[in-house]
Amino acid sequence: MDLTRISALDPWSWTVPRAAGESRHDVKLYGSHELLETMDDKVLEQITNVARLPGLVGAAMTMPDAHWGYGFPIGGVAAFDAERGGIVSAGGVGFDISCGIRCLRTDLTLPDIMPRLKPLADNLYRDIPAGVGVGGHIRLDVPELDRVLAGGAAWAVEQGYGEAEDLEFVEEKGRARGAVPANVSALAKKRQLGEMGTLGSGNHYLEVQWVERILDAEAARAFGLFEGQILISIHCGSRGLGHQIGTEYLVSLAKAAGRLGITLPDRELACAPINSAEGQDYLGAMNAATNCALANRQILAQLTRRVFAHHFPKHRLETLFDVSHNTCKAEWHVVEGKRRLLHVHRKGATRAFGPGHPDLPERYREAGQPVIIGGSMGTGSYILAGTAESEVRAFSSASHGAGRSMSRHAALKRWQGRALLKDLETRGVLVRTRSMRGAAEEAPGAYKDVERVAEATERAGLARRVAVLRPKVCVKG
Amino acid sequence: MPYFEHDADIGVVGRGATLEQAFVAGAEAVFSLITRIEDVRLRESVEVQFEEADPELAFVTWINQLLGHAHENGLVLGKFELEREGDHWRGRARGEPWRDEMERGVGVKGATLTMLSVAQTDGGWEARCVVDV
Repeated sequence: MDLTRISALDPWSWTVPRAAGESRHDVKLYGSHELLETMDDKVLEQITNVARLPGLVGAAMTMPDAHWGYGFPIGGVAAFDAERGGIVSAGGVGFDISCGIRCLRTDLTLPDIMPRLKPLADNLYRDIPAGVGVGGHIRLDVPELDRVLAGGAAWAVEQGYGEAEDLEFVEEKGRARGAVPANVSALAKKRQLGEMGTLGSGNHYLEVQWVERILDAEAARAFGLFEGQILISIHCGSRGLGHQIGTEYLVSLAKAAGRLGITLPDRELACAPINSAEGQDYLGAMNAATNCALANRQILAQLTRRVFAHHFPKHRLETLFDVSHNTCKAEWHVVEGKRRLLHVHRKGATRAFGPGHPDLPERYREAGQPVIIGGSMGTGSYILAGTAESEVRAFSSASHGAGRSMSRHAALKRWQGRALLKDLETRGVLVRTRSMRGAAEEAPGAYKDVERVAEATERAGLARRVAVLRPKVCVKG
Repeated sequence: MPYFEHDADIGVVGRGATLEQAFVAGAEAVFSLITRIEDVRLRESVEVQFEEADPELAFVTWINQLLGHAHENGLVLGKFELEREGDHWRGRARGEPWRDEMERGVGVKGATLTMLSVAQTDGGWEARCVVDV
């Protein structure tokens, strides 16, 4: 990124000065000088365009893991007020609606699992459907899928996938309000009939991780974390259904914007006023896709439990938290002393409610919301806790991952899948995948340094670091 | 190479003597991300039809309908045909269900409006956009 175009507000946040006569909201970029320097100029261009959208409240923001997306940058956060002409944007949510991470906590330790690591990896690979063209073990009909779209993770629990107490630790208690299955096209539904309980491909994964270090003992206690502990993170989303909704509404909202008199700085910011029929149609479909994603991760959590129960029958896997990072959620926020209902877009950014937030489960209410920064398969991940400061700085939002620093094409030129997997194995990480191309594209070196992203997230006041996780097994989509 | 750089996703390019041929080449580029299309047996087919006056949105719709129907039917596609009459587009794609021995690349979620362009060039037509993977 051309740093001459931005000004530092402090060492961890930056703004883009307006040109003379330029009319737009503020832009805020969170991150270190070093992280921003490696970002593409497109990030700046895209977030500046977001700052021109109608009804924006506060600044258009990027998180420290931001990179170039479509319309919105990935790592983009923007809140809109429906009562002031605010919009909802399909590009501001992304194609993989409600993609997120389910984190499971065990009472197992690293020495417990090491003797069985290889069979554990092989069994997870066998039982967790992953990769392009790999369907699930569940086949639904359309009426049943409609119940998934209305019920979310609660539907999955009713079907025997998990326990009722899981729902306490899923955003919105596992069921997004406002889902309208009728707003989801027949093709989107058909794509999903055989896809429930599948991981998908690309950057999706299931990782068995261990807690290398606790950085905040009090929050770790609340989250039930200790050093040496085994955790499992499942990263995936709303699968074919979400992708189809995303593609259909991207085009229909691009057309609607012109019809509704919205001047788009870029067509890829396709959007409609929240209070328009088009905006409401999208929100109904998007919430249905959110429920699909929540149910999908609930099923995958239960499939994971079954594999662990085979190897470690005396140990339980509990849900630590489930947080989505491609969303538009209606939330109450205090802006200039007034409580307002805002539609907060987080495209590749996670919600990060601070201590005391009424939507948090009681167990976490003092510590703040668990925030998960997923790393790449060879490095590590972080668990953080939401802060009160994040509410003021970013509508309670934080980073969601390491963020790519290199294109897939460049990664393919640099790494070879089989050699990479062998190298990771020598470093103690067992990777299981059907796609060598996918492995090369997802090479750890193609991502930003997760340590730097987590540090910047904390220093910028977006969330505070609680625990460092290292991978032992990665089932890659 | 029928691809261009994007940080997180992949840009695809289709070139051809006609607009329809450029769109077909774009589809080949997309499905080549998913598998080696040369290895796909042409055993089943899917039909695609839509109305679209805007050539750029038509390119995105063409790719997304192919991805949607391939996914719906559990197929991987390798051969594409497209005709246009005014704003009406009618296409056909052939392929087969996934086989274990097929190379698995990356899943393509959809074609985006990012860096979307359909333009005449010296040699014919070029269609391009970023696909989300």
